[in-house]
Amino acid sequence: MRPWSRPGFWLPLGAVFVWGLVVLLLREDTLRETTFTVMMFVGMASSLNILLGYTGYVSFGHIVFFGLGGYFGFYLLSQQGLWLLPAAVAGGLLSGLLAGLLGLAVLRLRGAYFALATIGINEAARAFVSNFGPFGGATGLFVNFQAYQAYGGAGAALWTTFIYLWLVTLAVLLVSALVQGSRFGLGLMAIREDEDAAMVMGVAAPRAKTIAFMLSAFFPGIIGTLYFFKNGNVEPGDAFQLHMSIEALVMIMLGGQGTVVGPALGAVVYQGLRGYLLTSPLFKSLHLAMAGIFLLLIVLFVPAGAVGWLRHRFPRLRKVLT
Amino acid sequence: MFGQLLSSLADGLLLGFVYGLAAMGLSLIWGVMTVINLAHGPVIALGMFTAYLLFTQAGVNPYLALFAVAALGLGLGLVIYGVAVHRVIDAPHLSTLLATFAVNMIIIGVGTAVFTTSPHNIDYSLGSLALGPITVPFTRVVAAFAALAATALLYLFLYFTRPGKAIRAVANNRMAAELMGISSTTMLALSFGLGTLLACVAGGLIATFFPFTILSGGPYELKSFVICVLGGLGNPLGALLGGLLLGGLEGLVPAFMPVSWVPVVEFGLFVLVLLLRPQGLLGAR
Amino acid sequence: MILQVRNITKRFGGLQALTDVTFDLKEGEILGLIGPNGAGKTTLFNVLNGVFPPNRGQVIFRGEDITGLPPYEVARRGIARAYQVVRPLNELTVRENVMVGACYGREALSLAQAARVADEVLATVGLAGRAEQLAGSLNVAQKKRLEMARALGSRPYLLLLDEVLAGLNPSEIAAMLDTIRAIRESGVTILMIEHVMQAVMSVSDRVIVLDYGQLIAEGSPEEVVNNPQVIEAYLGDPQMTARLLAE
Repeated sequence: MRPWSRPGFWLPLGAVFVWGLVVLLLREDTLRETTFTVMMFVGMASSLNILLGYTGYVSFGHIVFFGLGGYFGFYLLSQQGLWLLPAAVAGGLLSGLLAGLLGLAVLRLRGAYFALATIGINEAARAFVSNFGPFGGATGLFVNFQAYQAYGGAGAALWTTFIYLWLVTLAVLLVSALVQGSRFGLGLMAIREDEDAAMVMGVAAPRAKTIAFMLSAFFPGIIGTLYFFKNGNVEPGDAFQLHMSIEALVMIMLGGQGTVVGPALGAVVYQGLRGYLLTSPLFKSLHLAMAGIFLLLIVLFVPAGAVGWLRHRFPRLRKVLT
Repeated sequence: MFGQLLSSLADGLLLGFVYGLAAMGLSLIWGVMTVINLAHGPVIALGMFTAYLLFTQAGVNPYLALFAVAALGLGLGLVIYGVAVHRVIDAPHLSTLLATFAVNMIIIGVGTAVFTTSPHNIDYSLGSLALGPITVPFTRVVAAFAALAATALLYLFLYFTRPGKAIRAVANNRMAAELMGISSTTMLALSFGLGTLLACVAGGLIATFFPFTILSGGPYELKSFVICVLGGLGNPLGALLGGLLLGGLEGLVPAFMPVSWVPVVEFGLFVLVLLLRPQGLLGAR
Repeated sequence: MILQVRNITKRFGGLQALTDVTFDLKEGEILGLIGPNGAGKTTLFNVLNGVFPPNRGQVIFRGEDITGLPPYEVARRGIARAYQVVRPLNELTVRENVMVGACYGREALSLAQAARVADEVLATVGLAGRAEQLAGSLNVAQKKRLEMARALGSRPYLLLLDEVLAGLNPSEIAAMLDTIRAIRESGVTILMIEHVMQAVMSVSDRVIVLDYGQLIAEGSPEEVVNNPQVIEAYLGDPQMTARLLAE
C-alpha cells in the first residue's frame, strides 16, 4: 500500500497542519509561542526517530546538529546578511553534510559505544564553538534589533519564523512517513532488528545508515537556525545542551519509537507535562525530578511507549497508528 | 616557567588518580553488567555533599568522612540497582541508558531543590608540598594516596574474597555463575554498589579541592567516559591509567594552548580511541 | 560451473580454520558438505558469502571473482544463506521478513513486487497463513521455515543451507527434504551443511567432506560413506571402525 493511502499517514500531518492554521488564524502571541516550542520538539523527536526508531542507532548527541546547523545558519544571517529561509536551509545542509562525514567514522560503532561517541561529539562541538572566532567564541553571536526590520518588524518576524517552523515540522513528519513506508525504510528496520542478518540479505548497511543519519541531522539544523533567530542570539551554552538530546529521546520513548505518530505524540505530551510542572507551585522546583520519575516509569513498565502499547493491545489500530 | 609546567603536570597527574578512581566505578559496572551508568555524575556530586555535610555539620575530618561516604555510596548503588536497573538488565541497551539517566534527573532535581545551585566548599587546607621545582597543594597528594589505597582495596576484594570472586564470575559468564549457585542478582547489585561507592569516594576527595554544586558531577562523568574508553571499558586498572593520562593531558595542554581547548582535545581523543581502538589502550574485559 | 572455490585458506590468530579448500559446484546440483564438529564448515560458508574474507584463495561465482566482497554485495549477485541459528527480524511481520530478502536480493524489487514474491515463497514453505504475524512470535520450526523463505525471497542462483534439519523430527525432515528438492527443481543450486547423515545422503547429488579445515573426500554419497578417511574422521580409530563395522 502506498504510504499516503494509509490513514495513519494523515493523522499526524493533518493534526499539525490544522493546529498551525488555527494558530495563524487566531493571531495570538502566547499560543504561537507555546505551539512554536511544541512543534520544535515534534521536529527534533521525529528527526531523531529516523535514526533511532527506524534504524535502531541510539544517539545521545542529536542536539549537536541543532547546535552546529543552527550556529551556521545564524552566522549566515547575522554576519553575512542572508535571508532567514536560505540561511536556515544552509544550516540544515551543513548539519546533513557533517552527519555524512561523522557517520563514516562513528556509524561503525554499535550500541552503547555509538551512544557514547555521540555524547563525545556533542561535547567536542560545544568546546570547539566556544573557541571558534567567527562564531563569536564563548560569547556567541547575536542579531541587533534592526535586523528584524527587514522582516517587517519584530512581531512580523516572529510570525514568519513560526510559519517556517510549521512547514519544517510538516516536512519532517512527511519524510518520516515516506521513509517508513518505503523500500529504504524496510532496509533500515531490518538493520535495526539484526544488522548482520540484514547485510547477509543484501541490505548495504553502511550506506543506508549514513543516509538515515544525514536525514535525521538535516531538519534539526533548520530548526536550530529558526530558534536562534527568534531568540535573537546564540551562545555555546544554549546550543549544545545534552539534556535536550535526552528530552528528544524521552519523547520518542513516551510516544513510541519507530512509528510516525509516536514521537510527535510524545513531544506534545511531554511539553504539556513540562509546562504544567513548571507552572505548578508544588512541582516547580521538582520538575526535573518529576520528569525523571516519569521517564523511569515508562522505561520500566511501558517501553514501547503509548503508541506501541496501543498497537499491541488493539491490533486493529495498527493501520491507523503507524 | 619550566617549574610551572612541571607543577601543572604534577597537579594534573595527582588529580588523575582521583579521576581514575571515579572512572573505575563506571568501568566496574560496565565490565560486570554491560550497563553505562548515566547517573554517575550525580552520584559523584552526592559524595561531595556527604563529605561536606559531615565536615560542616559534624566537624568530621574530610578524610575520615570518606568511610561514611563509601558506605553511603554502596547503599545508594544498591538502591539504584534495585529500583531502576534490575528490571531492565536484560533489555536492549537503550533501556538501561534511559533508566540510569532517569535516576540522574531525579537526583539532580531533588538535589537542586534541597541544596540549591549555589556553590559549596570544604574549607580544608593542608598547605602545599614543595619538591624541588614542583609545588602542589598537599590535599592533592593525600587524595592521590587515598585513590591508590582504594584501588588496592578494590583489587584485594575482587581477587581475594568470596563475594569478589563471585562478582568476577558473574562478569565473566552470568549463566555459568548461576549454575554454580551464585545469585547473580545479588552480585550485580553488589557490583553496582561498588561502582557507586568508588564514584562517591572520588567525589568526597574532589570536594577537598574545589567548590562544587549538585551539578558538578557532570564534567567528571564526561571525563569518566573518556577515561574508560581510553583504558578499556571494564578494565579498572585501565581506568586508573586512563585517569593519569587524562590528568596529565589537562596539566600539560594549558601550557601550549588556551585552557578552553582542553575539552576539545579530550573529546577528540575520546572519539579517536573509540574509532581506532575501541577496546581501549589496555584492552576491555 | 556456478561456483568455483580455489585454495581457500583462513586463519584466526593461531587457529588454522581452513586450508587450501578447493572444489567446484555445478549449476542445478545439490552438494552436501559434511564433516565432524569444528571442521570449518560454517567458516567456509562465511567466506563464501562474504562475512569475512579468506587469507588466501578465491571464490568465483558465475564467472566473477567475488572473494572478499561484503555480504550485501554477495547477496546482490544471487547467493542466499539460511542460518543454523535462526535470526528472524523479530519486530517485523513474517511477510516483511521475506520482503527484505526480495527487495535487497538479486532482483532489487519494489515493495509491491516484493510483497507478491513474499506471498508466493511463503506458500511454498507453508507459512502463508502466518504472513501478518510478528516473526518473533513463531515457534522454532516455523522460524526455520521463515529462514528458508527469506533466503528464497531473494531469488538466488545459489542457496547456502546451514544445518536446516537440526532439531526437526523425522516427518519434518522428510517435508523439508521435499522442499529442498522442489527448490532445486525450480533451478536453484544448493550447497548444504548437514549432520543428519541419512538425510544429506538421500538428497545430495555429490558430497564433500571437511576435516580440520581440509577437504578430505569428494564424490557421490556412496563413495564418501565408504571412504576410510571419512570414517576415521568421524569415528577416530580405523581399527575400531573395522571392528564396529564387522559387528
